[in-house]
Amino acid sequence: MSQEVGHYYVPPPSIWPITGSIALLFMGFGAAFSVNKLPLGYGLLAIGFAILIYMMFGWFGTVARESESGKYNKQVDGSFRWGMSWFIFSEVMFFGAFFGALFYMRIFTLPDLAGLDSKILWPDFTGEWPSAGPGITEKFMAMGPWGLPAINTLILLTSGVTVTWAHWALKLNKRGQLKLGLFLTFALGFIFVGLQAYEYGHAYDDLNLKMTTGAYGATFYMLTGFHGFHVTLGSIMLLVIWFRVLAGHFTPENHFGFEGVAWYWHFVDVVWLGLFIFVYWLI
Amino acid sequence: MAAVDHDIAHAHDDHHPTGLMRWIGATNHKDIGTMYLWFSFIMFLTGGVMALTIRAELFQPGIQIVNPELFNQLTTMHGLVMVFGAIMPAFVGFANWQIPMMIGAPDMAFARMNNWSFWLLVPAALLLISSFFVPGGAPAGGWTIYPPLSVQMGMGMDMAIFALHIMGAASIMGSINIITTVLNMRAPGMTLMKMPLFVWTWLITAYLLVLAMPVLAGAITMLLTDRNFGTNFFNAAGGGDPVMFQHIFWFFGHPEVYIMILPAFGIVSEIIPTFARKPLFGYSSMVYATASIAILSCIVWAHHMFTAGMPAAGQLFFMYATMLIAVPTGVKVFNWTATMWRGSMTFETPMLFAIGFIFLFTIGGFSGVICAIVPIDIQVQDTYYVIAHFHYVLVSGALFALFGGTYYWLPKWTGHMYDETLGKWHFWLSMFFFNLAFFVQHFLGLAGMPRRVPDYALQFADFNMISSIGAFGFGLTQLLFLYVVLKCIRGGEKAPASPWEGAKTLEWTLPSPAPYHSFETPPVVK
Repeated sequence: MSQEVGHYYVPPPSIWPITGSIALLFMGFGAAFSVNKLPLGYGLLAIGFAILIYMMFGWFGTVARESESGKYNKQVDGSFRWGMSWFIFSEVMFFGAFFGALFYMRIFTLPDLAGLDSKILWPDFTGEWPSAGPGITEKFMAMGPWGLPAINTLILLTSGVTVTWAHWALKLNKRGQLKLGLFLTFALGFIFVGLQAYEYGHAYDDLNLKMTTGAYGATFYMLTGFHGFHVTLGSIMLLVIWFRVLAGHFTPENHFGFEGVAWYWHFVDVVWLGLFIFVYWLI
Repeated sequence: MAAVDHDIAHAHDDHHPTGLMRWIGATNHKDIGTMYLWFSFIMFLTGGVMALTIRAELFQPGIQIVNPELFNQLTTMHGLVMVFGAIMPAFVGFANWQIPMMIGAPDMAFARMNNWSFWLLVPAALLLISSFFVPGGAPAGGWTIYPPLSVQMGMGMDMAIFALHIMGAASIMGSINIITTVLNMRAPGMTLMKMPLFVWTWLITAYLLVLAMPVLAGAITMLLTDRNFGTNFFNAAGGGDPVMFQHIFWFFGHPEVYIMILPAFGIVSEIIPTFARKPLFGYSSMVYATASIAILSCIVWAHHMFTAGMPAAGQLFFMYATMLIAVPTGVKVFNWTATMWRGSMTFETPMLFAIGFIFLFTIGGFSGVICAIVPIDIQVQDTYYVIAHFHYVLVSGALFALFGGTYYWLPKWTGHMYDETLGKWHFWLSMFFFNLAFFVQHFLGLAGMPRRVPDYALQFADFNMISSIGAFGFGLTQLLFLYVVLKCIRGGEKAPASPWEGAKTLEWTLPSPAPYHSFETPPVVK
């Protein structure tokens, strides 16, 4: 490993991690209490969340200031790159668990439940996807791919283009194009989330499709829900980067904050394509 | 320039933050490593008290001390606390202390995130342990938290789920930190194939953690929504399947087994060459064997589920894939033995633990191969044979390596030599009582005694009594370990930079105790 001029920056003691731990202490108890409908639950959850937001402002602000004051050499930049790559890999594995559940139910569980072994219990069950399972008789309709989901695909793919357009601008130091490209990207992200919320309303009101709608409902809401959550986070991250750009941060040579968020954005994009194919399309 | 840097580095060697902030705000890999080690030892004692309560109840047939509900909570929590609170954080503590020193790095790559990885364990442990005190008590469905039991339990299960989420996040951050440190922070000349084996095994372990922990997070999230939000992932009436949980859980759980043993391999691979005064035999084959074990560990998960219902083709695949792991593991045992062959061996405490590790881990490995054979596994599933098997791997495997590593590096950490006589007593007592506690459990299992049950048939009484005596002896022996460590911290013979003449890795070029900031200017490795 070649060593750059200047030491690797090792930060002095920081209060932010312990602040985050206190936040998660509140959130952990708060979440456990609220799912069990205990009185303190939501209060603890809210306090914990507020502390977490405070921690994020403090911690990320510190990192941004350290970066702008030139404390990070090339080797630190390399660490950020490795770190972000492995974080995205862990996210891939997280979504892998839910995709795995979807495939397992469709390939193994439902044919099994429709098979001879279960005929005594559920003689009429055929196991055809989309299915809510043999024990849930309430009627529902599946979410087709060629309405909002297709539009949402277009929106996310476009946002992948705009973020790359902004990246080119950053490298060529065209700040105007950079600001516009980033703005378009997170705007598209928030539009996507809004349309997903609208789609959920449509699913609940018109299709009678709920979390409780057996295998199909569970996988549909879990996969699209976690993806939507990630798009929301990604959009907020892009928004933060946009504010940093407005404040004059980043140079054509040194802008990993931007690139890390762009990587993340492409990751949620790819997950969406998986969702579009396996959740919406192949039903 | 280099000379100037060197002077500055030395001027700051012992400058460190003081007071509470040094610990709660720590960004120093050695301080964080120390906290990890103490945390894991406290959890080790906590889980140990649970284990001894279990063994006290099983001392005689019948129900004497705890009721069956509490017994089930104790077995479950003993597993969760030992796996997530004791063994894993202890190895991370070793990684924190040793990896930067062994590769010539100034610190971990992400010093603040390193702090968070540790301090997240504390709220998680509080959440997990306090589940004993809520209505319905702690989770009682076994550490594997299989549905439908885990879906039906009280709010203690939700607390355990959130605790596992927090520990999982901590593990992922810790692992990303270790991978980044190893890949990006090595001193000039420290090529990958020159890295000490402990660093190699941790690199591969960290990769497994990043791969496996998010899958556990997915599994327990589905459990959480099944419990509280009406989803039907593990409910057949809704098209789900409880067996699917087992698949997802063990896709995490089997790599997890190797997460707990690969760093132990690394520690043993450092100790054996030192006290045999020979370089490690077959270094590159050790690296490849570790990587092979890691890859294979991802395709063997269903051997935990042979009795859950599976096509014969599936059983055969998972049986053969599992047995294949014996090959790289055999390579390792062979290499350790070959390292000792014609070496100038001495038997200080670390070496005793390393050799004890080789003997007993190999027994655990062999009983693992036996369990991998489908027709045998169907007989011994959920019996004490399985308990004996994984305690040979986890106690006399992972834990013995942790003890050996502690004695090996204590002089570097504290600047003092530990008490060799007491260390040897600790080893021999541990060795004797461990085998007393667990060897008989093989026979109990083969005779059909089921695990996770507070009462048993009369014919198992003698062996259970022996096992309980062994367990209490083993537990008390660990207080001796605590005493030896405390004594070593407080004083003792001054340790030279390298107290072991056969030790060749970079940390032994530093003075003992290692300066607060080491290798701010990287050393050059030839």
